[in-house]
Amino acid sequence: MTDLTAAAPVPKTSILTQDKRTKRRNAAEARFKAYGLAAVLTGIAALILLMGSILYNGLSSFQQTYISLAVELPAEALDKTGNRDPAEMRSVSTFGYTPLIAAAIEQKMAEAGVQIEGLSARDAGALISKEAPAQLRNYVLANPEVVGTTVTFNLLASGRIDGYYKGRVTMESALLDQNISQAQLQLADAFRDSGTLVTGFNWAFITSPDASDQRPEAAGLGVAILGSLYMMLIVLALALPIGVAASIYLEEFAPKNRWTDLIEVNISNLAAVPSIVYGILGLAIFINFAGLPQSAPIVGGLVLTLMTLPTIIIATRASLKSVPPSIRDAALGVGASKMQAVFHHVLPLAAPGILTGTIIGLAQALGETAPLLLIGMVAFVREFPDAPPEGFFDPASALPVQIYNWTQRSDPAFVERASGAIIVLLIFLLAMNALAIFLRRRFERRW
Amino acid sequence: MTFAKLSVSALAIAAVSATSAAARDQVQVAGSSTVLPYATIVAEAFGENFDFPTPVVESGGSSAGLKRFCEGVGENTIDIANSSRPIREREAAECAANGVTDIIEVRIGYDGIVFASDINGNSFEFTPEDWYRALAAEIVIDGEVVANSYTMWNEVNPDLPAQPIQAFVPGTKHGTREVFEEKVILAGCEATGAMEVLTTVKGDEDAAEEACMALRTDGLSVDIDGDYTETLARIEANPNGIGVFGLSFYENNTAKLQVATMSGVTPSTETIASGEYPVSRPLFFYIKKAHIGVIPGLQEFAEFFVADEIAGPSGPLATYGLVSDPELSATQAKVGTGEAM
Repeated sequence: MTDLTAAAPVPKTSILTQDKRTKRRNAAEARFKAYGLAAVLTGIAALILLMGSILYNGLSSFQQTYISLAVELPAEALDKTGNRDPAEMRSVSTFGYTPLIAAAIEQKMAEAGVQIEGLSARDAGALISKEAPAQLRNYVLANPEVVGTTVTFNLLASGRIDGYYKGRVTMESALLDQNISQAQLQLADAFRDSGTLVTGFNWAFITSPDASDQRPEAAGLGVAILGSLYMMLIVLALALPIGVAASIYLEEFAPKNRWTDLIEVNISNLAAVPSIVYGILGLAIFINFAGLPQSAPIVGGLVLTLMTLPTIIIATRASLKSVPPSIRDAALGVGASKMQAVFHHVLPLAAPGILTGTIIGLAQALGETAPLLLIGMVAFVREFPDAPPEGFFDPASALPVQIYNWTQRSDPAFVERASGAIIVLLIFLLAMNALAIFLRRRFERRW
Repeated sequence: MTFAKLSVSALAIAAVSATSAAARDQVQVAGSSTVLPYATIVAEAFGENFDFPTPVVESGGSSAGLKRFCEGVGENTIDIANSSRPIREREAAECAANGVTDIIEVRIGYDGIVFASDINGNSFEFTPEDWYRALAAEIVIDGEVVANSYTMWNEVNPDLPAQPIQAFVPGTKHGTREVFEEKVILAGCEATGAMEVLTTVKGDEDAAEEACMALRTDGLSVDIDGDYTETLARIEANPNGIGVFGLSFYENNTAKLQVATMSGVTPSTETIASGEYPVSRPLFFYIKKAHIGVIPGLQEFAEFFVADEIAGPSGPLATYGLVSDPELSATQAKVGTGEAM
């Protein structure tokens, strides 16, 4: 025994000390893990950078600076005949209301004892948004009895003043900027100290329509949100039934032959067609051939329906496939017809998957801009569309299109608005995806 | 099954209302991105002050707007095309072929084209000759046509600062490009005497003009197909860049940009109105006469656009940067009577 052990050569390797080959393999694995981690970190860094810059630029759009002013509404300027008849008072345009605001500012300055060197009355009036005369006029026409009295309004401050309290405009930049002077900023500061100028949450950003280049402070997303909502309703009402019907037929009833194979391949191909192609199709078919109106949500909805259909069909077929054949066989075995088996047993079990696919398809359609470019939805629209179904034919904008529009405007204040609109769009997308995840978690069944 | 019934009835409702909602009640405008901000300002004020709905204004460029304008007559076509250049004969012929025969041309005012660079960089005093020498693909040196090899502004003109040439000019789809080529590059070509040399070399004047206006493609002149915001972003990224802007865009961004003089004149609404500043162009919109009386508010919108309180020297358009037309009253009369081209 002892001889034998002495004779046997001692093994040179041990599992405790790695040999060269093992070391190399382990190193390769460690390297691969590092690459993977680096890839994930790069992705996360890009996301943080993107979200950070959007939030940094855009969060301020949810705050807005207002100036509360007691505006005198003299009868001799607004209602010369004295009948208090809104039809007659319409003849006074918004230009007639502008002097009233300048006068109110002057009075406010006198009351507060503010005196600023080198500030003309016109410049002082420019503290208030150009939207304000319209606000006054609409109020007066709706309440003719206020003419002759003094009413306190909460008026929007102009875009540059608003930017001053958001850090976009500074005393130094005001020196170079033709649209704002240091004197105006000093007046704004004096108003802020006396509580006349306040900053509050900007509900108007969500509810009011777009505004022209001269009034970035008044621009809102109301029409765009409504337009997007209308389009999503149309996509849902059309793409879901058509997509589900097509999938059920192809999956459960259609014979398996060369034709159905061809259709299957083409549906997969359609899902990969660039969205701009659908825009061209929409322009040719829905506007030029069918004569539907331009800039209308109906056309946008139809185009997006075409775009979303393949996504829904593919998702629906996948979830129908995942229902085990035993369910169908059991239903058929107790005497159900094929249609009863599908609608009573297969479809309910596949429903969570179908809904998830539909919601993800809708979310994709919600963020789509390219097809809308060609059908006239990239437009300046200020009128809210009517309630459906008539409203489907009224001009409207859409959320991604509104972002695109605002990035092209020359006033720097629109950069903030565009980022704010991106935040709103992202909130909608996240909400829809969260709903999809919830439905899947809550109702999905595994076999 | 009830869902299927529901969606079928929804489809039926949509089909029925498609036939009932045919009449369009708002004016539709499309065209030049230069005219767009002016058109939106007017549309907004129009919607506020009249009982008509606010017109829908689209962008897309002068050529694209006129193309859609000329598609035909009817509610599915636009009523007004904005343009930063006069309509071309070819376009008018296409219009006529599609039944758009009576077109009212309305000149709303003038727009200046300015050259601006980063606010913290060097200041420039340009002449058209400098731009021709800096950007043309081929230039004439000592009577010889040679490829442009200048890379610094002080090589082009010793009076200019020693800064690398980097220009951001509007892409060919913009109406601004045409004005830039004609009023700056071609003017510079003629002023340097290169035009005469090129005429003898190329044979005829048209070919020489074309050779004059061909811009270099080695990356020192970059075509911007987007809007002025893209040009501004390029200059912010590259402080050596000099961009071509509309006057109104510059006036909204004076905290970031400094403007160069052209032939010794600083661009402003006053110098453009007086004609001292050489690079300006008229802005237009075109009205389809067949739609007046059919589309509610079209006539009123056109009259409102050129009214003194809007397009006049103290109106909101002038505040935004439009150089108002000294012959505005003639235009007002033209719109009032509906005199077609």
